[in-house]
Amino acid sequence: MIKSINPLVFALAFVSGFIIMAIELLGGRILAPYFGSSIYVWGSIITVFMLSLSAGYLIGGRLSLLQPSLLRYGTFFIFAAISLIPTVLFGNGMMDSVFLHIEDPRYGSLVASALLFFLPIAMLGMIAPYSVRLLVESSHHSGQVAGMLYFVSTLGSALGTLMTSFYFVLWFEVNQILLTMAATLILAGLSAIAYSLLGAQGLQQKVTSN
Amino acid sequence: MRILFFVLIMMASIQALGDRVIHKEKSLYRNIQVKESSSRRCLVFAVRRGDRNQTCINLRHPDRVVFPYARMTFAGLLLNSEPESILIVGLGGGTIPTILSQLYPETIIHIVEIDAAVARVAKEYFDFVETGNVKVFVQDARVNIKRAKLKKLKYDMVILDAFTGDYIPEHLMTVEFLQEIKSILTADGVLVANTFSTSKLYDHESVTYQKVYGEFFNFKMPITGNRVIVASLEPLPNNKLLKDRANQLAGKLTKYAINIDDFPKYMKTSTDWDQGARPLTDQFSPANLLQAR
Repeated sequence: MIKSINPLVFALAFVSGFIIMAIELLGGRILAPYFGSSIYVWGSIITVFMLSLSAGYLIGGRLSLLQPSLLRYGTFFIFAAISLIPTVLFGNGMMDSVFLHIEDPRYGSLVASALLFFLPIAMLGMIAPYSVRLLVESSHHSGQVAGMLYFVSTLGSALGTLMTSFYFVLWFEVNQILLTMAATLILAGLSAIAYSLLGAQGLQQKVTSN
Repeated sequence: MRILFFVLIMMASIQALGDRVIHKEKSLYRNIQVKESSSRRCLVFAVRRGDRNQTCINLRHPDRVVFPYARMTFAGLLLNSEPESILIVGLGGGTIPTILSQLYPETIIHIVEIDAAVARVAKEYFDFVETGNVKVFVQDARVNIKRAKLKKLKYDMVILDAFTGDYIPEHLMTVEFLQEIKSILTADGVLVANTFSTSKLYDHESVTYQKVYGEFFNFKMPITGNRVIVASLEPLPNNKLLKDRANQLAGKLTKYAINIDDFPKYMKTSTDWDQGARPLTDQFSPANLLQAR
């Protein structure tokens, strides 16, 4: 049973890696009208993404101790999608108010990045350690599994960076891209939940037939 | 006349080979060099496709503006010949603010320059001076203008001179940014934008300005690769009025080699771009990608 979910978990980790970096790149676009595009704006964005991911890793790892399940894994994606919605809907309002209250664009961009991105990115950060837990069958293989997972999700990040900066910004509006990301996360989450429910049913059938 | 111009350009480029570098620094944003030959000193932003002169001063005739595109920026004066306050985005070697402050010593001139190193070099090598009325803000222009709007500052003229053919600050070429500029212009305020857009970006940029300012003067002169957009909140003056004002200003501008008499005939309101192009907004602003196409 655990083996059969591996392709799904790897695919979802890929999606989350892709979306993290796509959002990070769009962050520059979102903040520029308020705080410019100087190096410190990127500094703020990268700092907030690193902090959010580190918090997500910690929480995801902790949650993986308590009855890890594909079902809960799926909800991470859904919550990440939901937490991305205020960024799209109220992003400008939030930045207006930060801009009014903080004169220095360094701290302004730092606070704005935190408001806009901390929650969704922390949610997405929870996915990596939780994926490891779902994939690992024995401690002997844990390093190999983690390595494969980093490989897949970082590959997703690379592709998310490339596609967003080379093509998506040329084809779509920033909010269209973000909403598509949110929709993709919901689909990803639903597929994990569906698999979990169907898989559990299959397991139950197996148990009863025995 | 054109041939003569080409010969001059050829001579200038041959001369460039003999330039010596008198100052070199790596700033946060670019590699800056100051090069000098026997007759001129130039601020150079080194880029891969060869050097790009930002500002040159003529060492023998320091008042003369070397580049046509810098001269063309003064076309804004034909719409408002007595500006009391001016905001300039992009300092370069400071040629434009220096001349404006000589022409209008009482006028408040604010300059926004993102790169502190450029401001330093302008002062040290290009005789740019800050005075009571002339002040440089080392800031991102978008941030500066948003703050100016909050403080309800108004300018009679805004000059955008932050674009080169190499890299475009994308957040300074959107409908929203142009609206923010509109909000800091006085009732008879003028926006002058010196741009180097080519290929597809030319269409997108034109449509963007049109969307915010309606009809504007599309000012292009033979040979130079740039164009200057001159837009106003008031209806544009007719050609006769432009010529009259040019005549009035010509005397004051001769010593800077700014042939403002020639300008009116090249200031067109006709459109020569694809009207169907998508305007650039904060949501959609791939200016550099469009420029490369």
